[in-house]
Amino acid sequence: MAGPSLMDSLFQRSLDDIIKGVRLCPPGTEPTFIAKSLDEIRREVKSTDRQTKAIALQKLTYLHSLHGVDMSWAAFQCVELSSSSAHSHKRIAYLAASLSFNPSTTDVILLLTHQLRKDLSSSSVHDVSLALSTLSSICNPDLSRDLTPELFTLLSSGKPFVRKKAIAAILRVFEQYPDAVRVCFKRVVENLETTDVGILSAVVGLFCELAVKEPRSYLPLAPEFYKILVDCRNNWILIKVLKIFAKLAPLEPRLGKRVVEPICEHMGRTGAKSLAFECMMTIVSSMSEYESAVKLAVGKVREFLLDDDPNLKYLGLQALTMVAQKHMWAVLENKELVVKALSDVDVNIKLEALRLVMSMVSEDNVMEICRILISHAQKSDPEFCNEILGYILFTCSRNFYEVICDFDWYVAFLGEMARIPHCQKGKEIETQLIDIGMRVKDARLELVDVARSLVIDPALLGNPFVHGVLAAAAWVSGEYVALSRNPFELVEALLQPRTSLLTPSVRSVYIQSAFKALIFCIWSYGKLNGDDASDPSALTELVAKCHLEGNSETVACESLSDTEVDNANMVIAGGQMSSASSRKYHLTKESLEGLVNLVGTNLGPLAGSDEVEIQERASNVLGFIELMKPELYGHLGHTEGNGMKGKLEASEVVKLMFDVFSEELGPVSLSAQEKVPLPDGLVLKENLSDLEAICSDVKFPLSTSFSLVHSQIMEKDTASSPECKEESGPSTESTSLLAEHRKRHGLYYLPSENKGTTFNDFPPAHEPKDKTIDEAEDLAKLTEESLIIKKKQNQVKPRPVVVKLDDGEGLNVAVEKSKVKTDLISGAVREVLLGNEATTSSSRSKSSNKSSKRREVDRIPESGNDIVNTAISERSNVGSGRRKHQTHLSSGKEKEQHDHKGKQKRDSRHHKHKSRQRADGAMNIPVQSPVIPDFLL
Amino acid sequence: MIHFVLLISRQGKVRLTKWYSPYSQKERAKVLRELSGMILTRGPKLCNFVEWRGYKVVYKRYASLYFCMCINQDDNELEILEIIHHYVEILDRYFGSVCELDLIFNFHKAYYILEEILLAGELQESSKKTVARLIGAQDSLVEDAKEQASSIKNMIAQATK
Repeated sequence: MAGPSLMDSLFQRSLDDIIKGVRLCPPGTEPTFIAKSLDEIRREVKSTDRQTKAIALQKLTYLHSLHGVDMSWAAFQCVELSSSSAHSHKRIAYLAASLSFNPSTTDVILLLTHQLRKDLSSSSVHDVSLALSTLSSICNPDLSRDLTPELFTLLSSGKPFVRKKAIAAILRVFEQYPDAVRVCFKRVVENLETTDVGILSAVVGLFCELAVKEPRSYLPLAPEFYKILVDCRNNWILIKVLKIFAKLAPLEPRLGKRVVEPICEHMGRTGAKSLAFECMMTIVSSMSEYESAVKLAVGKVREFLLDDDPNLKYLGLQALTMVAQKHMWAVLENKELVVKALSDVDVNIKLEALRLVMSMVSEDNVMEICRILISHAQKSDPEFCNEILGYILFTCSRNFYEVICDFDWYVAFLGEMARIPHCQKGKEIETQLIDIGMRVKDARLELVDVARSLVIDPALLGNPFVHGVLAAAAWVSGEYVALSRNPFELVEALLQPRTSLLTPSVRSVYIQSAFKALIFCIWSYGKLNGDDASDPSALTELVAKCHLEGNSETVACESLSDTEVDNANMVIAGGQMSSASSRKYHLTKESLEGLVNLVGTNLGPLAGSDEVEIQERASNVLGFIELMKPELYGHLGHTEGNGMKGKLEASEVVKLMFDVFSEELGPVSLSAQEKVPLPDGLVLKENLSDLEAICSDVKFPLSTSFSLVHSQIMEKDTASSPECKEESGPSTESTSLLAEHRKRHGLYYLPSENKGTTFNDFPPAHEPKDKTIDEAEDLAKLTEESLIIKKKQNQVKPRPVVVKLDDGEGLNVAVEKSKVKTDLISGAVREVLLGNEATTSSSRSKSSNKSSKRREVDRIPESGNDIVNTAISERSNVGSGRRKHQTHLSSGKEKEQHDHKGKQKRDSRHHKHKSRQRADGAMNIPVQSPVIPDFLL
Repeated sequence: MIHFVLLISRQGKVRLTKWYSPYSQKERAKVLRELSGMILTRGPKLCNFVEWRGYKVVYKRYASLYFCMCINQDDNELEILEIIHHYVEILDRYFGSVCELDLIFNFHKAYYILEEILLAGELQESSKKTVARLIGAQDSLVEDAKEQASSIKNMIAQATK
């Protein structure tokens, strides 16, 4: 490679050339052009000629910031060029550095320290300003530590232009190196009293940022801020001060009382919307207990809402959302405007309005709101329609459907939503349909109805978005087929030709559900003929029994017996009138045979399907039909003997299958596994070879297990309400193989005591992330729940029981984020603000602290003593903080000693030391002034 | 505070990016892609705010350029709109009815002006006159240096040293 030469300097392409070149590139060749230019730049940047280097770096910066080219390799060249004495070069170098350096990964930043220090103490304001803005963008802890003395000097610079930049830059230094607060904070505070608008703006901006992170430390500065709030006429500054007060006011009640008036004044007087908006937000967010102020603010919100400017409308809605948390009347007053905003042209405004509407949802108005929204959804564009549906689904299902009382309505509503043409929320509706089916027993009847209408509609099969919903509907109608009015019709619907449009996974659900329905039909038929064919009411009794069984659990455990039984009776009565009679009409041998044939012909081709799920399920059903056929025909031909035997076997199988399907799955909480204490002898990492023995054990009894299950079922049948029994005792809940297995190898199962804490025996369909939960809290919740239920019982229409598993709601959101740095900053701030008084009482405990504070709040303030109280209490907080800091400091020093052995560095340390002493000195004198807040009294 | 400032042309070309919070190169590209997708598709006469990853992005279109600034949820959107306008006015005054081409060929100047207005994501200077004066002073410093450097004599002396 040729070294940089005169030719390079003379014929170097300028920035303009590059920009033009990029612009003139034919499409697609841009990367090649950029690569070529980069090669040139790589060469040029090594030039000894500063001008050449500068232009190369500038070109590179252009490519980096606008075309995303990596320039980390040129970091050293930036440092090199920054030492140029020419301002133009320095400017280019610093711009490149601030745009491309990454504070945590660029290691040459350390090499820049010296140059920055030099420039920070330069006599040219422009150099200083360049260095400051560069420092603010590439600040890291080392840089901050080493340059703190220079910044400290600049904070009281005589040139306002420099001073304000230093103030702005020091925010980053504080963040990176909290110990800098100790040195510089006093000077920063002094700047609050300046008359220069630029400086004031910078310092208020700085406090605004600091106060967002940890407001409490800045309470002692309230008098200064108050002065600015009252005296200042600059909107930029006022906005920042208002933000600070929004953070401080909730911490100190007297403060809010004091500032609410000037804020209202500002709001009334100002013509600037930004300031008016800030006043509004401050009042509604932090001073919502001052009625008159809130009224004023809401008036302003209304102005915003009525304005033609979409920005103001949007912000008005946002403000209203905030008011709504405490003052619902504000929303009601502006109801028509909010509803109007739902049909705005702007999606963002619509969304904001939607959020506001949803925040108002409660038990009483959920139906009305949902009706309004759904009619809006039907009118809106697909995207917003789905937003609406998403919000409705989310809000209604929140916290186990807490806003829903009338589940029949909600279930029907879910079905309605699924039918909206643009609906893409199939997944969510699917989940909720199944979830409600499992959690809310009382809703099942309506659920089956809704599912039927969904499954039966051939038009829905063509819409891939509702396939999920259809799967849920098919599952529901199969699972709760006993509640179905017409299982025959159901089987037909589940096997209609258009089901070929479904995805394989959904289709297999269809087949399985058809299977369940078929079994139910055959079983009912068998029951009808076998038990007492002459008794016409046999079936109705059967239906009734089904319902009773279904409900008995609820009856037993929820003690809602009266209404429940009434419900059941109603169903029975209804069944006698319509459904049972119709079913009886269908339930002839011919119809059953027809049904079996229908299933056979429809599923026959599917046995050869490519999809394993479909193929397997279809084969299962077909196999079952094969088994049944002799019996059915046997019945037809009245052939005894042979037939008897066949019938016996077949009916047994039917019974078996029916029992299998009517068995409800046992509960497993998502976090159940975590609750199981590790048994003593259990070594999880051991070789599992001994399991083989167990597994081979399992294989053996497979053939005999049928009889086992059988006998248990028989037992169950004879029991009057077996489910009830199951509820009450902690007996083994399963009647299948599982139980047997469990008996033998209980070690590998969850202990059944787990059930004790669960509310009822249903698995959660979708549960929030598992959280470890305090048992006591759990219990408290449960008792609360039961209280609620009892209360509801007295209402006209009781809310059905929603089954919840133990966990899920106790969202212990672990907000244990590490806020070490903020703590360090605020700790240091407190120390500086209150430090000099802290001669005693560092031993005070935190609790005494609190009590003194409470006392202080209770008492009507008489004199400045109160504030001293606060000061003292805060000071003892600092006590503990300080110790930490000291260790921190000393370790920092040690590190310094280690690191820097050069003469220069030692100089700097000396320098720094001096400045720190100076700072300490400065702290000694005016410390009282910020602490005495005259206006608070 | 302002997390970043973006200037994007109507065609989606990036004209200026300034990041006040740390973003890696990869994240930057992603942010640009996401936001230009969101903002450029919005029609006129809509509000100037979009929500994005828990932040708010305030944007405003001037001629063919979109000026975007990203802020926290509790920041004041109207104030940011004013800052954007402030910046545009200063650019306008500096370039003399500024157009996109001015910013394309003087991208560094756009940065220098921005640095006078915003520092560490906070508004620095609210006076247009002051900014104009400062930038003018810096430019004249640069001009002097340029004259000196661009004389051929100087160049040859450098090269043959």
